[in-house]
Amino acid sequence: MTAALDKDLVGLAPLSAEQIRLILDTAEPFKEVSERPIKKVPALRGKTIVNLFFEASTRTRISFEFAEKRLSADTVNVAASGSAVQKGETLVDTARNLEAMRIDMVVIRHPSSGAAEFLGRRIRSNVVNAGDGKHEHPTQALLDLLTLRDKFGRIEGLKVCLVGDVLHSRVARSDIWGLLKLGAQVAVCGPRTLLPRRIEELGVTVFEHVADAIQWADALNVLRLQLERMEAGFIPSVREYYRVFGVTAERLEKAPRPLTIMHPGPMNRGVEIDSRVADGPHSVILDQVTNGVAVRMAVLYLLAGGKPELADAAKRGGGPGGPPD
Amino acid sequence: MAVEVLELAHGTEHLVLIGIQRRGVELAERIAKLIEEDEGVVVPRGALDITLYRDDLETVGPKPVIGPTHLPGELTDKHVVIVDDVLYTGRTVRAALDELADFGRPRRISLCVLIDRGGRELPIQADIVGKVVKTAPGDRVDVLVEELDGRDQVDLIRGAPSGVAA
Repeated sequence: MTAALDKDLVGLAPLSAEQIRLILDTAEPFKEVSERPIKKVPALRGKTIVNLFFEASTRTRISFEFAEKRLSADTVNVAASGSAVQKGETLVDTARNLEAMRIDMVVIRHPSSGAAEFLGRRIRSNVVNAGDGKHEHPTQALLDLLTLRDKFGRIEGLKVCLVGDVLHSRVARSDIWGLLKLGAQVAVCGPRTLLPRRIEELGVTVFEHVADAIQWADALNVLRLQLERMEAGFIPSVREYYRVFGVTAERLEKAPRPLTIMHPGPMNRGVEIDSRVADGPHSVILDQVTNGVAVRMAVLYLLAGGKPELADAAKRGGGPGGPPD
Repeated sequence: MAVEVLELAHGTEHLVLIGIQRRGVELAERIAKLIEEDEGVVVPRGALDITLYRDDLETVGPKPVIGPTHLPGELTDKHVVIVDDVLYTGRTVRAALDELADFGRPRRISLCVLIDRGGRELPIQADIVGKVVKTAPGDRVDVLVEELDGRDQVDLIRGAPSGVAA
């Protein structure tokens, strides 16, 4: 079980290619569960999972909640507003209080980079990072990888370009780690003010112009312009941004082959992406959403499964009555 | 065994064969083919992976790869025959029964296994058995099928690690 996951999933940077493939392979059968008449399996029955969201989120929180419920776990949602956090309680105190109520896992979304890892080191429950500041959003990258693998049948050798606000994007960071580990070629394209300095050192190509990226890539992941994380000065105006860096139908017409279009959502139509592109025949944006539930089920299932040493002991001793394989 | 399945189900009208991942799927496929040759009727068949219905996730950990589950249409009012390679503790069959219940309400569910190795931990018995083999708890029974393993063979491995093929 060398590919088994550790206690927490905080990012893709610390994972091996083998671990990432394990999650993607495990997600495959979970896709089918969501197509059943009864969309539920008892794998995590009796487990309690807390969704601790210190930042607004609709898609990710709902996707995690569906994943948890379809695995038969019991779930509680805690939002920062209206909770003890507003009264000044620290993150660790909040989590310890939850642990005192005997929980098994925490899914955390937090505005500070590193919050998930910080928490994971201080509590015994499994921690899943649902986005921490500008650091990582591992399950989003995993669903991107799964969607690309569905579409192309492989990740190795694919040319994927992340377009737009890479600087503020935790999705971009997780995508870059995941894609590179699985052997894809990665590029970024956006205004210099929205690209992290020295990003080339990660092993990614930088395109100044969207037109060049479109000539090169097999797939574009169009990132949301995170206006809420920007103080003034990153871009002259939203309109100018669309004119220079918007992924439009006119620009895509010049591509040598049809480009697969991804977007982590929520979309700003007419800002980073043209509606005709988002709703076009090569958009896999809604497939990404469907795959998100399967990938999150896989992550929760793998993290919840007993510890590897227990598994080995059980196997050596003939097991406490496991089914024969 | 194919003949026994037909007798049990009184023909093929309501019959559905469901193999349990992995080797049970191949065995179900073979029984279905034999029935097809003899009766000229295509029997609906499916595959079931019971991993997510196991009661021992805590102790043995997640199985690395979960096989696909696909069922041939509606199961309600059908006679479902579950096919597996080895019947041992009965926990796999218990899980399969739970899983099938989430897909519909068959009129009847029967169990067909190639090897019954004893050692039951639940009150579950097979309706059709290829061969009964007496084993001890430390033994392993491995069924190999040509489709997956290149040859048809059943290995009885006494204790571990040195084994005797039978």
